[in-house]
Amino acid sequence: MADHAGVAGGDEVDLSRRKFLTRATIATGAVGAVFAAIPFIESWNPSERSRALGAPTELDISKLDAGQMATTVWRRSPIYVVRRTPDMVARISGHDADLKDPSSEHSDQPAYARNTLRSRSAEYLVLVGTCTHLGCLPKQRFAAGELYPSWPGGFFCPCHGSRFDLAGRVFAGSPASINLRVPPYSYPKEHLLLVGADEKGGAS
Amino acid sequence: MTVKTATGAAAPMPKTGAAGQKGFWAWLNQRMPVDEFLKSQVTEYYASKNFNFWYYFGSLALVVLVLQLVTGIFLTMFYKPGETTAFDSVQFIMREVDWGWLIRYLHSSGASFFFIVVYLHMFRAFLYGSYKAPRELLWLLGMLVYLALMAEAFMGYVLPWGNMSFWGAQVIVNLFGTIPGIGPDLVLWIRGDYGIADSTLNRFFSLHVAAVPLALLLLVVLHLVALHQVGSNNPDGVEIHEKVGADGKPLDGIPFHPYYTVKDLVGVGVFLVLLAIVVFFVPTLGGLFLEAPNFEPANPLSTPEHIAPVWYFTPYYAILRAVPDQRMGALLMLLSVSAFLFVPWLDWSRVKSMRYRGWMSRTALALFVISFISLGYLGMQPAEGLYVVLARIFALIYFLFFILMPLYTSLDPVKPVPERVVYHAH
Repeated sequence: MADHAGVAGGDEVDLSRRKFLTRATIATGAVGAVFAAIPFIESWNPSERSRALGAPTELDISKLDAGQMATTVWRRSPIYVVRRTPDMVARISGHDADLKDPSSEHSDQPAYARNTLRSRSAEYLVLVGTCTHLGCLPKQRFAAGELYPSWPGGFFCPCHGSRFDLAGRVFAGSPASINLRVPPYSYPKEHLLLVGADEKGGAS
Repeated sequence: MTVKTATGAAAPMPKTGAAGQKGFWAWLNQRMPVDEFLKSQVTEYYASKNFNFWYYFGSLALVVLVLQLVTGIFLTMFYKPGETTAFDSVQFIMREVDWGWLIRYLHSSGASFFFIVVYLHMFRAFLYGSYKAPRELLWLLGMLVYLALMAEAFMGYVLPWGNMSFWGAQVIVNLFGTIPGIGPDLVLWIRGDYGIADSTLNRFFSLHVAAVPLALLLLVVLHLVALHQVGSNNPDGVEIHEKVGADGKPLDGIPFHPYYTVKDLVGVGVFLVLLAIVVFFVPTLGGLFLEAPNFEPANPLSTPEHIAPVWYFTPYYAILRAVPDQRMGALLMLLSVSAFLFVPWLDWSRVKSMRYRGWMSRTALALFVISFISLGYLGMQPAEGLYVVLARIFALIYFLFFILMPLYTSLDPVKPVPERVVYHAH
């Protein structure tokens, strides 16, 4: 075009200018592509419906006998609720040396469960019942000596052989690296367990 | 490629094609290089004349790919993704759709046959050094096909929504949770829910029937383009294009068509007989091709007593379970799969084919094959006692095969490679 030639002052092409414009165009396009990808990537997040169904769940624990376990579901994971007998509580101590994380420093639990018994009270243990290794369901092996003579009672995962004690703490030699998770929970009324929410509000 | 005259107008097209073509064939070739393509890729694509048994598996992989695409398209017409509909729709296909059982068993057996064929195809590359220069990119593209195939097979196994589908998905998706920092959020994002759920099943369905097959097709085309650029290797590992006759054709080469199309057809015939035997008589192959727990619906509150993937993943699964630390186990599993990518640069041997390699390379390959098969067996057994000890030993051999490869391939006493391929006419 005639006026273009007039601006450039001749037939010579300013290559550095052309290179700069090319690169600036590519860079702008790349930024745009990244922004355009965000809606597609975020569509994979849990939907509003999934999030709503992940609301806290209640469990009436008045019928739970000492030494028994009840299972409820919260956020598609089984929640194990164990009413421990004084004997079971006694069997939680004495094997700290065999555990990977006896004081739950590297494990996932609310602050009030970061203790030896990993619970708000000695009597009730509340755990997320999925193995911290790869998510199978550990089975209850509560009786002492059930797996081997020195077994203090606890949980055993049949998939890859992870073992946990009656506070959900993982034994050394298991493929799982951390203790069973403790969900946020509270007791709004006596004998009513609320899984998924505590004084600080619901889980994120 | 429009021809322009001096005035800029399109030149009149020649009435006949390049080689005196006439009629429709000429009309077609003036508009699309069909003839040129067929000549360069098929009828005048020269392959070494000494291909043996091991050269059946490339074309067979293509046959299984087509089988999977066709049966898959038909299964999609009857299958209903969704956690309340998936299992029932598979039973519907099996019991109520005319010939539905056949289409489904062809697809499920086809998946296993795909891996049998691909593993033998890969073994051929190890046998004759087919990944060595100038075929590194060909090997890499082939490995990407293999990885895409693994993703495709894994997601396909989730779709029937049996109990092994569910727990297999649980275990494999949770592997991503071992990535430091982002792991738990990544797992939530992959599942789209707080557990393996409807959302997970639906996105796996979409990936299984659309995204991954498209990627797979593209990669297969690229694999073939790269193959035809460098030419096929052969059991002697001699480059046939270095010895050409007066006509410029390789002296030891024969056109792919009709010579190898006919040979491959024989392979396809035998293959279809074997496939039919499995499909008609033993479609589950005693739990190897379809596992028993997958005949009951997914149950998020009941883990099968013993979780094992289908046989083609068990070597890697055995490595995962052999490690007593979860993050290290996942890492070694990833490494065991990706180690193949580095083979072209780990093999320092001066010769390609095992025919001219010494005892070191041969022993290493034999040990590797033994450990791969043993790990495959151990991955199906419970992870306890002697099984774990053996899995650790074979995992060690598995990794030493790759790690020590530069050493034993360079020290290996090799034999001289002949100038031309060795071939005795029958």
